[in-house]
Amino acid sequence: MNRTIAPPIKDAVDFDIKLKPYEQFKLDNGIPVYVMKSDEQDTLQLELVFPAGSWYESESLEAAATNFLMKNGTSKHTAQEINESIDYHGAYLNRNAYHENATYTLHCLTKHTEVLLPVLQEVIQDPIFPEEELNLYKQNQKQKLAVNLLKCDFVANRFIDKYLFGEFHPYGRVSSMMAYDALQSESLHAFYRKHYTYNNCKIFIAGNLPANIIPLLNQYFGTTQWNGDTHLVKLDLPIQPAEEKKFRIFNDENGVQGAVRVARHFPNRYHPDFPKMLVLNTIFGGYFGSRLMSNIREEKGYTYGIYSQLYNFRQTSALNIQTEAGRDVCEATIDEIYKELLRLQNEPVPQEELDLVRNYMIGSILGDLDGAFQLIQRWKNLILNDLDENYFYNNIKTIKTITAEELQQLAKQYFTPGDFYELVVI
Amino acid sequence: MIHYNKFTLANGLRVIVHEDHTTPMAVINVLYDVGARDENPAQTGFAHLFEHLMFGGSINIPSYDEPLQMAGGENNAYTTSDLTNYYIQLPAENIETGFWLESDRMLSLAFDEKSLDVQRKVVSEEFKEHYINKPYGDVWHKMRELAYTTHPYRWMTIGKELSHIENAKLEDVKAFFFKYYRPVNAILAVGGNVTVDQVKALAEKWFGDIPSGEKYQRNLPAEPAQEAAHKLDVKASVPLDALYKCYHMYARTDKRYYAADLISDILGGGSSSRLHQVLVKEKKLFSNIDCYHFGSLDAGLMTIEGKLVKGVKMKDAEKAIQIELEKLQNEVISERELQKVKNRVESQLAFEDMSLLNRANNLAFYELLGDAALMNHEFENYEVVTAKEIHEEAKLLLDEKNSNTIYYYAAS
Repeated sequence: MNRTIAPPIKDAVDFDIKLKPYEQFKLDNGIPVYVMKSDEQDTLQLELVFPAGSWYESESLEAAATNFLMKNGTSKHTAQEINESIDYHGAYLNRNAYHENATYTLHCLTKHTEVLLPVLQEVIQDPIFPEEELNLYKQNQKQKLAVNLLKCDFVANRFIDKYLFGEFHPYGRVSSMMAYDALQSESLHAFYRKHYTYNNCKIFIAGNLPANIIPLLNQYFGTTQWNGDTHLVKLDLPIQPAEEKKFRIFNDENGVQGAVRVARHFPNRYHPDFPKMLVLNTIFGGYFGSRLMSNIREEKGYTYGIYSQLYNFRQTSALNIQTEAGRDVCEATIDEIYKELLRLQNEPVPQEELDLVRNYMIGSILGDLDGAFQLIQRWKNLILNDLDENYFYNNIKTIKTITAEELQQLAKQYFTPGDFYELVVI
Repeated sequence: MIHYNKFTLANGLRVIVHEDHTTPMAVINVLYDVGARDENPAQTGFAHLFEHLMFGGSINIPSYDEPLQMAGGENNAYTTSDLTNYYIQLPAENIETGFWLESDRMLSLAFDEKSLDVQRKVVSEEFKEHYINKPYGDVWHKMRELAYTTHPYRWMTIGKELSHIENAKLEDVKAFFFKYYRPVNAILAVGGNVTVDQVKALAEKWFGDIPSGEKYQRNLPAEPAQEAAHKLDVKASVPLDALYKCYHMYARTDKRYYAADLISDILGGGSSSRLHQVLVKEKKLFSNIDCYHFGSLDAGLMTIEGKLVKGVKMKDAEKAIQIELEKLQNEVISERELQKVKNRVESQLAFEDMSLLNRANNLAFYELLGDAALMNHEFENYEVVTAKEIHEEAKLLLDEKNSNTIYYYAAS
């Protein structure tokens, strides 16, 4: 046996990836339910999604506070009683507010579904936002913020989004002590009544489902027009990018590392360049073997890790390179980032590297589609963005067929150093 | 119930196979029976640094990552005080690539000076990112030294100090490899869309001819029972006072471990847990408080940590924790509360088992504990714990004499 010779492999282009379809139901009041069944385990995941993200705020932090506090008291039960019934059944009820949407997600053993649905119903349809819970929330969030503001990476993330989108745009707006202080129970309640309505609700459910799951969902979410009809209008908002491009901030005199961010605007996922950029970005800084990692971590040892990412925001996206590097090598890191950008502009990606990235990306998608929870996640992202499986298949096709010339062309268009914002927070 | 087959190669490598034909993927998990606890006290952080070097090329293959990515695979690794674990996920059709790569680096590394040089720097940056440049980042370093006088849990996995990593030499790397990274000290777990016969053939082919090595006989100094409470004041430029209390608990294979684990859940598991409900919600003394432990193989620490609400005195905060601990020591918990924490364990184990990677990793872990079969009986160990046992354990475990406290003050 010759150990220097790699065993033969099956290439990415030969994998036929199929996105397993979901089943769709409608509750009696019209709420759509997207279902991905799998009976291999005794667990399920139930997610309710509402257009209730920071986009719709009239006061900063309204969306996050509303989302958080819905679980902390209803007209029938206190926060503690709600937590107790969820914990007693070993379930997890997570909530999240993003830029566009806000979610409530229940994870539980299938056998407990029936007793947990009424709890979820109460949280979604009958929260009362007690004054005491709000005050506690403000106090604890402010304390958390005070700690986070000492971290260079946290501070850098806030600033780079502000430079890209402007502090008045939902994508660039950040939390503050003042904004927490200004939160009021009545306005949270009003935000809740407007956004968490039956006609704005979508339900995604996956895993091993009780046979009567649809009747159950109907019983708790489908019979009434809870919170009434609201029709939300979502228009694009103008972004206000910073005029300056280079920023250096000293946040901690004794800091031994700096948070480096290098970022530029990029069109959203509906633009034909987006799927192509997913490939170019992977080559550049999207996986462990990327140009940035190979050079700045594996060759120079400036950092524990460096990555570039494409934002998944709806209106407009951005390309953001981020790392924490040794204090004395932050500037050298930025130089190397620019060198790598220019290298992709000036030289075509070698065939072997392109093949490797294709295979890596396809293998990674194959792994991501493993299991009902992951599949419904993939579908949810398509559905919430008004896309269908064709978008997914088109991305796969791009990965399999994009050429080195196309990638170089793309780099020439988007990888010009002068177009990037750069920031170091020490 | 997780199905698996187990066999041992002639060189002592233990192999576990978990077939799952619902997935197109395969995972390969290689666990080495060596962690930071096995380090020389003058060369701490070495097991973890070594993990980084495992990606710097092996004797016949200059690059580990590239061929794996070419085969559509991803990988990572982690080091703890107890063990070092490497894992790969890739399309099942390409599983042989994983065998090829993992066996070659078990055969021998390339021992490249340049790789050592770079990874020393990378690990230094990791050290800075997680333990120096973060508020409260040094607390575990201090806590381990406070709580342990003798056992090597006295230092963190990343190392006691940066200089230990900076001074690592290539000859140390070689010696470490040939002492610990041998088939006889390793467990290979393979899962996914594979068959037992296929894995047997591949394991023989790629790992069969690697010299067995000598079985590492672990002989670590035991930590003596703590006789008196340890306390330490720290002052640092952080915005909030914080309180950390650690109690020596039991080794992972000790029967009493399960009662202790449930105690940590009663105190700190979920929003309805005692500490959160009383100290955050009712008394408003802490803005957050948790109770947890790391499940260490040797006797570890049960930790209570919380940040104080601004204006609250450290004394009052500690007193309030003490009252909650005494309740557990003085009153037997209700059957309902006991059932709650057992239900939480049941659910946690079920969700853990959902991922193929976790299943392979856990099979290897339980094999390290003594037998992969233990994995399928883990919940039973919790089910039999009684309220009375919790009561008895709480008295011993949460005894003030067994405590180690750090008062972490915000320098104003």
